[in-house]
Amino acid sequence: MTETSILDVQNLNVRFDTPKGEFHAVKDVSFTMGREKLAIVGESGSGKTQTGRAILGLTQGRITADRMTFHNSNLLGLSPKAWREIRGRRIAMVMQDPKYSLNPVMTIGDQLIEAGQRHVGTVSPRQRGLEMLEAVKIRDPLRVFRAWPHELSGGMGQRAMIAMMLMAEPELLIADEPTSALDVTVRLQVLAILDDLVKTRNMGLIFISHDLNLVRTFADRVLIMYGGRVVEELPARDLYSATHPYTRGLLACAPEVDNPKKRLAILARDPAWADAPPARQPAGGRP
Amino acid sequence: MIDIDKLSVVFGEGEDRVLAVDQFSLRVEAGESFGLVGESGSGKSTVLRAVAGLVDTWTGDMGVDGAKLGRKRSRDFYAKVQMVFQDPFGSLHPKHTIDRILSETLIVHGLDNREARVRAVLEQVQLGPSFRFRYPHQLSGGQRQRIAIARALVLNPRIILLDEPTSALDVSIQAEILNLLDDIRTQLGVTYLLVSHDLGVVAHMCNRFAVMRQGRLVEVAESGHLGTGVLSHAYSRQLLLASKGYDRALVDTFSDL
Repeated sequence: MTETSILDVQNLNVRFDTPKGEFHAVKDVSFTMGREKLAIVGESGSGKTQTGRAILGLTQGRITADRMTFHNSNLLGLSPKAWREIRGRRIAMVMQDPKYSLNPVMTIGDQLIEAGQRHVGTVSPRQRGLEMLEAVKIRDPLRVFRAWPHELSGGMGQRAMIAMMLMAEPELLIADEPTSALDVTVRLQVLAILDDLVKTRNMGLIFISHDLNLVRTFADRVLIMYGGRVVEELPARDLYSATHPYTRGLLACAPEVDNPKKRLAILARDPAWADAPPARQPAGGRP
Repeated sequence: MIDIDKLSVVFGEGEDRVLAVDQFSLRVEAGESFGLVGESGSGKSTVLRAVAGLVDTWTGDMGVDGAKLGRKRSRDFYAKVQMVFQDPFGSLHPKHTIDRILSETLIVHGLDNREARVRAVLEQVQLGPSFRFRYPHQLSGGQRQRIAIARALVLNPRIILLDEPTSALDVSIQAEILNLLDDIRTQLGVTYLLVSHDLGVVAHMCNRFAVMRQGRLVEVAESGHLGTGVLSHAYSRQLLLASKGYDRALVDTFSDL
């Protein structure tokens, strides 16, 4: 994995100072990833979003880590100028809700051009914007290019967001619940776009989600977070054979269409999960 | 228990006119748990709100427990029909204590012995009496939704309308709330009309459900059929397959949305 690894995070911690003392949102999170679909799963407050944001230095909290490198760049302590070379250009982020993350007073086209401003290419920014809208399977790119955000449906808005993030051809895309606000069929269509982009553009994807079933069927590898810690790491296809009680509990308490349960299991939380050292399970077996 | 016959709901006028519900008919039996599923804009919540009397631009016929519903609903209607909303953050008054939130319903309906009733209903939703003196912001999302359920229960209704009662909650909290709703129905024999976009939730909670699309009824199916995927309409089948998870090949088969 090391030769193809693009992101290496070792012992990442994010802490917030609050009036009630320090809040430790992300605890000793470590992972490396290549050009693959890595999912970070957890419930609210698990630290999954803060982990994603910390990679781009987009958190109000204090970030510390033993190592956080993207290719050969050390992401710790970059100057604002150095960040500008990375954010949006080499690592991009898609947020959950297109309604709040698109600029309401700019057309989609202008926002696409702005997103691609620092990209040096052979075609005009306008042409490139239209191409990107086509890449995310928008049938009438010209109409969407001229449209205002409020004129688009949720699914269209999210596609437009992804198109903007692609303007600079990032090597790594961090998508924070990119499909949670979407209807189920539109959700799968947007995921298919991301899936195809990972394959055709050789991009890495960090997919942050609360939906275990979706992640199991979509991602390559999964990190499960609880209380700021990664409690388990495993290939997505092996999710059903997860060993950590939290992962197993999460799987058991979700209602499933083709597996009716008389009564849903209740997750009994163990505070120790958030304190225990991360259970690392490289392919093979248990420690 | 609930009879809906050729219900249509219109919002806006002129160019902005939207037919949110189009000739929708449905019959829910007493003691049944009935689901309404569909994607956003399918009209499922509007049907629920029309039954609750929260929408008045409707035409057609609606009846509850044999009595025909008019545009204005009586106090007796609300003693019989109560509703739980999706967002437990928005549906509880932020500056009222839980005690006041629950008592208000009782005051409106002129019921006495309020303290005992509030204590009893808190117990029903598995919250201790100490919750009476807390404010909504001091509660978690799951606890708030329990309060919203308690507020619906405090009048001993026959029908509870549930509008996406768990979609704002984490999956582990959702399990607790769904189990609670199941217990309440078993104990009290109330009728549920539950709206959800999540087929998993509907399959778990309801014996029958209706699939809606663009304001219309697509089909009514029994939840027992879901496991084998025996749904007669192509749209319902697509919805069912999509809710089983991601499948790249499946996405290409989706018909136009």
